[in-house]
Amino acid sequence: MDALILSPILFPLLGLLINVLWGKRMSEQAIGWTASFAVIASFIVSLALFLQLNASGADKALHAVVLPWIAVGSLNVSWGFLVDPLSSVMMLVVTGVGALIHIYSIGYMHGDERFQRFFVYLNLFVASMLVLVMADNFLVMFVGWELVGLCSYLLIGFWFKDIKNAAAGRKAFIANRVGDVGFVLGVMLIFATFGSLNFETVFEAAERREESAVLAASAIALLLFIGATGKSAQIPLFVWLPDAMAGPTPVSALIHAATMVTAGVYMMSRAHALFELAPAVQTLIALIGGATALVAGSSALRQMDIKKVLAYSTISQLGFMVAAAGLGVYVASLFHLVTHAFFKALLFLAAGSVIHALAHGNGHGHSSVDPQDMRAMGGLWRRMPITFASFAVGGLALAGLPPLSGFFSKDEILLAALTYSPVVFALLAATAVFTALYVGRQLVLVFLGAPRSPNAEHAHESPVVMIAPLVVLIVLAAIGGLINLPGGGWLHRWLEPVIKEVAKPLNVVLAAVFTLLALGAIGLAWTLYRDPARAQTEGESALGQFLQQAWRFDALYAALVVKPFYAVSTICAQVIDVGLVDAAVNAVGSAVRWAGARLRQVQTGFVRSYGLIMLVGVVALLAYFVIAR
Amino acid sequence: MSDLVILILLGALSVASALGLLLSQNAIYAALFLVLNFIIGAVIFLVLNAPFLAVVQISVYAGAIMVLFVFVIMLLGAERLAPTENPPGLNYQRPLAVTLGVALLLLSAYVLFVRPSTSVVMTQPVDTSPQAVGIQLFTTYAFPFEVVSLLLLAAMIGAVVLTRKTE
Amino acid sequence: MDAASFVVFLSSVLFVIGVMGVLLRRSALMTFMSVELMLNAANLAFVAFAHRLGQLAGQMFVFFVMTVAAAEVAVGLALIVTIFRTKRSTSVDDLAQLRG
Repeated sequence: MDALILSPILFPLLGLLINVLWGKRMSEQAIGWTASFAVIASFIVSLALFLQLNASGADKALHAVVLPWIAVGSLNVSWGFLVDPLSSVMMLVVTGVGALIHIYSIGYMHGDERFQRFFVYLNLFVASMLVLVMADNFLVMFVGWELVGLCSYLLIGFWFKDIKNAAAGRKAFIANRVGDVGFVLGVMLIFATFGSLNFETVFEAAERREESAVLAASAIALLLFIGATGKSAQIPLFVWLPDAMAGPTPVSALIHAATMVTAGVYMMSRAHALFELAPAVQTLIALIGGATALVAGSSALRQMDIKKVLAYSTISQLGFMVAAAGLGVYVASLFHLVTHAFFKALLFLAAGSVIHALAHGNGHGHSSVDPQDMRAMGGLWRRMPITFASFAVGGLALAGLPPLSGFFSKDEILLAALTYSPVVFALLAATAVFTALYVGRQLVLVFLGAPRSPNAEHAHESPVVMIAPLVVLIVLAAIGGLINLPGGGWLHRWLEPVIKEVAKPLNVVLAAVFTLLALGAIGLAWTLYRDPARAQTEGESALGQFLQQAWRFDALYAALVVKPFYAVSTICAQVIDVGLVDAAVNAVGSAVRWAGARLRQVQTGFVRSYGLIMLVGVVALLAYFVIAR
Repeated sequence: MSDLVILILLGALSVASALGLLLSQNAIYAALFLVLNFIIGAVIFLVLNAPFLAVVQISVYAGAIMVLFVFVIMLLGAERLAPTENPPGLNYQRPLAVTLGVALLLLSAYVLFVRPSTSVVMTQPVDTSPQAVGIQLFTTYAFPFEVVSLLLLAAMIGAVVLTRKTE
Repeated sequence: MDAASFVVFLSSVLFVIGVMGVLLRRSALMTFMSVELMLNAANLAFVAFAHRLGQLAGQMFVFFVMTVAAAEVAVGLALIVTIFRTKRSTSVDDLAQLRG
């Protein structure tokens, strides 16, 4: 049984190993399919585990402790893995969406000089993400948490020959480190409070509401949330995610939309027992989630890069999930996580298909254009019908139109916000309108109207290996809402052993209002952007600039952190290092040199001088023994 | 007391031969003075009840080693020694060396004659016959004996390698 | 004044003469012979101590000193021969390449 529980992690590692060892001698197809089948196998095992869990009784959880790891005093950590309803859902999402994106990448990365390495990284990512979601204690979770961060860094900077991409990877890494410090401190505090890091022990103690637990809960929750803000790109650490779009588009789809960035949401759901002990922190989390949603959603309105729009959209949707977690409706949060994984992966892959088509034109003698700039697109629906269908379904799901998946999940969060916190509701409601607006804007700019560059004019539909995953994701994004229909759907019942939560029935008025608002916003976008000239100039106004730069968070950090850091570094380098450290080292050096120049006079090279000096020593020693003693 | 008289006579001869070594201008003479000194040393060993060492001294030192010396001197044709002149800058050495030598001598005389130690008492006279020495050598001192054999082997190989003509 | 004390004194006189030989003569051969004289002086002292203390250990030590001296002479003379071949001289003052 242990082997079966472990095998979802082992399959991608096996694929990785094969590609590392023999990838140099394998064809692109062989490499790509090896990696893909590894993840597909992982998905099948996850599905089997899920079905077994489904068949077993009320106490649903499969548990495997593979190896003892750290046993120091009362700290006792093992490599333990847990398949319970919560992690099984995550496993299915990670391996399912992951497998589709692997297959898609075979087409997208075709001809890349480091094709092999790309798939090695992707497999490593899937294995790491599974370690994260399957961990049965905080430390193993942290291992996965760090590993996915590493993969993210490696894949953002995958095309590191362009210095901008390498810098983007570094930015992501550093922003995540800031969050990770919070996470590690939180884990330490958990150990100090509960004397254990095992989920079971900790959460049981938390649910009993032990006094020590209640006292420490606020600090623990806050620290864990700081970790989540890093990984799940919330204010104040969200700035890395837009830059992360420097990576290949499948990476953006898999890591920076569907899976890794949701790790923070997953972690909060996993540790909900701790968060529930700290109502003040929960309020803060809800507010930050709402604010992030609004800031990112509005910023998406003025982006010109097709992927940047989706990046800000992702941050904004993560804000929805975090806000839901803060409001205490974890099932709604996870529901949105799942549907978002479907439709955002779909959107990214469709965007990748567009980029692929436009970049293809650059290699064929047409004028060179930025293949991600929406101003160079337009009219693509006729040339890339399946891509257009994908983008449309994904976009409308994102905008929350019924009966697509996003409608149900977003509605559940809005309903919870309306019930618990008017402020958060206001933030999220505004965001929902913005969402529909930027979705409409993007659809119009990319696919409608007339082509605005020769590349767009000569674009072709992508190969089957890229289209097939799109089709599967279209279905999932369209009907994904079925897993949790309002009023206590399947997901609610399924997660009940882990998260007990009262499901709310559909609020028809709310749903209708937001459907109409979304339709109105899309219509508004259509009237605004039917004339593409507007897109050329809209970024020039002060507000446009402000939104384009995501409320100037980067400038704020540059002024608050980067500039002072550089100033201190300069002082350290030019004053302290040169004046103090180097001077000291040089002084030691020249002192030795000076003394050596004097002392080398002693070395005459004449054996007799040495003998004489020895004799001096002998006589002196003898005199000492004879006279002094 | 007769021992002491003999020893004083032998000592005088020994010092005289050593001075002859120190002052001779011909390497062959110096070597012969050294042989003489070693033979006198062997006699002193006999007086001091060390017959085995006396024989070894004659055969190894006066015999083998000094023959080697004479052989090398003859081989190199280096028996005529250049007058002992110091290179410039080393003139301070001679007076300093002599002073230190005298100081060393005075120190040992001080220890032996002015402040003689009386704490050590002579124990039973022991058997110092070659047989006793041999038994000791192959029982108590077997390990150093073996080590020394290795040392001799290394020295032999070293000497062969060093003097081999290289092309 | 007993026999042993006298021999020890004699040994120190011979030792100092050996030292003088090492320090005052330029020829490597003379230096080398003086070293042998010093070793012999030390041997005398060892035997004297052995006599005085009524122990065999001192004599054993002399035996090993002699063996080591034999080895030393073999290597030392080989070195002198080699140096003479290249330098055409046995003067130690000509061998000052290791000047600092």
